[in-house]
Amino acid sequence: MHRFANPARFMRIAERLLPWVSGATGLTLIAGLYFGLFASPADYQQGETVRIMYVHVPAAWMALFIYTTMAVASVSYIVWKHPLADVAAQAAAPIGAGFTAMALITGSLWGQPMWGTWWVWDARLTSVLILFFLYLGYMALVNAFDDPERGSRAGAILALVGFINVPIIKFSVDWWNTLHQPASVVKMDGPAIDNSMLIPLLLMALGFKLYFLVVLVIRMRGELTARRVRALRLVEADV
Amino acid sequence: MGGYGAFIWPAYGIVAIVMAGLLVAAVRGTRARARDLAALEATGVSRRGNPPQSKGSDGDDA
Repeated sequence: MHRFANPARFMRIAERLLPWVSGATGLTLIAGLYFGLFASPADYQQGETVRIMYVHVPAAWMALFIYTTMAVASVSYIVWKHPLADVAAQAAAPIGAGFTAMALITGSLWGQPMWGTWWVWDARLTSVLILFFLYLGYMALVNAFDDPERGSRAGAILALVGFINVPIIKFSVDWWNTLHQPASVVKMDGPAIDNSMLIPLLLMALGFKLYFLVVLVIRMRGELTARRVRALRLVEADV
Repeated sequence: MGGYGAFIWPAYGIVAIVMAGLLVAAVRGTRARARDLAALEATGVSRRGNPPQSKGSDGDDA
């Protein structure tokens, strides 16, 4: 890992890959939209509303994936002082909050026609709402200190404490009686949905993941530049 | 859309808006900071202090 610990070297590699990953993101999302909106059948129970699943489920996966990424980055920030770890965690947080909001809103738009309600306070929905507030709290906390170093530390600790919520979300549908349906893709005995629906789902999931990488690298570059600006201003004030 | 268009299109719409918004905000923020840096460097400030007084190697920008 420490081959990438040099910020300058990391950014050089990341920026060389960025155009390729951006192109792959666009192609994957277009293919996912085509299969999701046109080239897949309606569900025998959900009818056409199943199409909402092709954005709702990948967005919810991203909400958990990005928080997990932040928790891992926070460990390497606290334990090894990896110089890019807090940059990555802070750059990832707004993207994670965005995906969590998408999951909540699209879920609501599916819940109204299928469950007959926009919202219920069941374990899955409530724990995802808490995840959304954790993202917002993290972003507020990181920026609440005059000394950015202290903000990074406080944020890293919040990200780690909040990580307990991730397995709670994942297993909420098994541990409690929820209105939300249990897992149908990531299961011990293989996915329980037909390939015609699995294809758009996985394409959108891949597209979202690539999109995350693109926006993450852009935001990390911005944050690294901001740190240089801060350092230069200190020097300027010093002289 | 089988009568459910009023739910399906807004769902895709909100996803498109949030994803486009995050991307545009990231690009804009990064450009603004690059401009800040360029402006500062144009005034001659460097990580090691102003040109005449070299403080040694405390820089990490190899």
